Amino acid sequence: MQIVLDYYNYWACILIMMIGFYGIMAKSNLVKKVISLAIFQTGILVFYISTGKIDGGTGPVRVAEGAAEAVYSNPLPHALMLTAIVVGVSTMAVALAIIVNIRQAYGTIDELDIETMEHERGE
Amino acid sequence: MELIRHNLPALIVVTPLVMGLLTSIIGRRGLGWWMAMGTTAAGLAMSVQLLVDVLSQGDRTLEYLMGNWPVPFGIGYSVDPLNATVLLIVSLLSAVITLYARKSVASEVPAGKLNFFYALWLFCITGLLGITITGDAFNLYVLLEISSLSTYTLVALGKDRNRRALTSAVNYLVLGSIGACFYLVGVAYLYMATGSLNIADIAERLQPIYASWGTDEPVYQKTVITGFAFMAVGLSLKLALFPLHGWLPNAYTYAPSSVSALLASTATKVGAYAFIRVIFTLVGVGFAFGRLHTDVALMVCSGAAILVGSWLAIRQTNVKKLLAYSSIAQIGYIALGFALANRDGITASVIHLFNHALTKGGMFLALGIVMYRVGGTRLSDLRGLGRKLPITMGAFTAGGLGLIGVPLTSGFISKWYLVSACLERGRYELAGVVLVGSVLALVYVWRVVETIYFGKREDEVTVREAPASMLVPTLILVGASIYFGVDSSFTTHIAGEAADFLLKVKP
Repeated sequence: MQIVLDYYNYWACILIMMIGFYGIMAKSNLVKKVISLAIFQTGILVFYISTGKIDGGTGPVRVAEGAAEAVYSNPLPHALMLTAIVVGVSTMAVALAIIVNIRQAYGTIDELDIETMEHERGE
Repeated sequence: MELIRHNLPALIVVTPLVMGLLTSIIGRRGLGWWMAMGTTAAGLAMSVQLLVDVLSQGDRTLEYLMGNWPVPFGIGYSVDPLNATVLLIVSLLSAVITLYARKSVASEVPAGKLNFFYALWLFCITGLLGITITGDAFNLYVLLEISSLSTYTLVALGKDRNRRALTSAVNYLVLGSIGACFYLVGVAYLYMATGSLNIADIAERLQPIYASWGTDEPVYQKTVITGFAFMAVGLSLKLALFPLHGWLPNAYTYAPSSVSALLASTATKVGAYAFIRVIFTLVGVGFAFGRLHTDVALMVCSGAAILVGSWLAIRQTNVKKLLAYSSIAQIGYIALGFALANRDGITASVIHLFNHALTKGGMFLALGIVMYRVGGTRLSDLRGLGRKLPITMGAFTAGGLGLIGVPLTSGFISKWYLVSACLERGRYELAGVVLVGSVLALVYVWRVVETIYFGKREDEVTVREAPASMLVPTLILVGASIYFGVDSSFTTHIAGEAADFLLKVKP
């Protein structure tokens, strides 16, 4: 029990990631699949951010001269995750653009329906 | 000149990035191809120069600091014999395939989208070169996504010929993103343990952590193991190592011909390189293979890849898909080489990176010509083409011999080193797997060759030999793959340098 409570932030991230992962595997609707992928990526974002957090830490701003030294959270994971957010948004955009094309070509965005259609054509 | 030479490691990545942006804006009509061609040719010149430079260094490494920020605070690019070789592979293949692409792409992609096609083409090459040259674990992730995102779109552009390109692209996108995300999680774990993102710096900071594991107070043991596990799975997805190869066959089959050739000859090779880099430089072979025995898992996966990939290749009726399954088997050979972790094994792995890129690239280009002239790549489309497209089909057959590993082709050299590496480690069963793989390759290549030369064509259509702009690049690649089979001194020399470099840094 202690290990759950001590690391509750990581458990939360794992939970988010696994919800996303489940969606990717279980959903046949392509848009839902892509949304699940985004949830999975969000789990990773939160995971990174929480690794940089220190108890009682403030933002990494410059401390005024003469003031007591401040404890601050590690800013690097935040910076990294800004990049990862951009990557995630781009992935989303590309995925949705392709799904729009799929809808135009097949008239459906359900993976199973598409498989059945292709199967009937003898692929 | 000195300024350019000093900044080569940055320029080799930045040039295609900037040119890609320009191409998307002004590269309409024919101009896009010219810009891509110029950029990839310049990239080839730069990577040759880098290889020469790095081999002339005493310690065989070149360090480059982005914006002169010292590592580990800034991003450092580091060149050594291994990634200089992979850079050469990527830029050589991308230049030759770009030379080929002009007519092939114009026939498969709508004219209004050509500027975007070549922009994505250059972004993909940017990412691949960047993954290879970067010395920063997070930077590697970003570049991995740059190349992957452009690849998904390039695959999807095959939609006008076959709409399955779209579903293949989405499938590849989902799996590829999961792979990249797993790698990213792995980086997070290693960052938690070491507080660094620079690959060389992480490797150094891991040493005291490893040293503490034998004692009463092991630090970060689970963190590092979990991190490596995530990275290994993520990169295996990217390099399509069996059983994580599911995205590959359809993506290769339905992409435009030139894109298939580019992907088959560079993308998975770069994935393999990244995996080698993580195992040998980042976490160290003593940890990955000595402590965790990842090598056993890799040997099982690559052995299965060789057998299953070749077996499935035999059963395909679409020749493009056949080559895709054959690629899965060939990736098995590459992974088997570095899993053996001795000098011959790594040499075999690096030689095969090079040889397979040439051979498979050449074969996909030959198939692209069939697509261009006949309009399909099913076995029935190739029937009796031996007489109508003698040069193209000759090139295809010569490439096929290379896949089997017939003596005097480059495939023989790689397999020779691989088998001797297996024997040196006393893994006779793996040597057997390699030989069985070659026999299976003989079967699937023979099926195609038989159709090409002995199949009767019912529709007596007139098929002319391909235009020179497509034929010459095909012949360059196939010719090179035969040349390096006859005179292998260049490939064995640079692969040997790479193997020596990797084994020297063993912790």
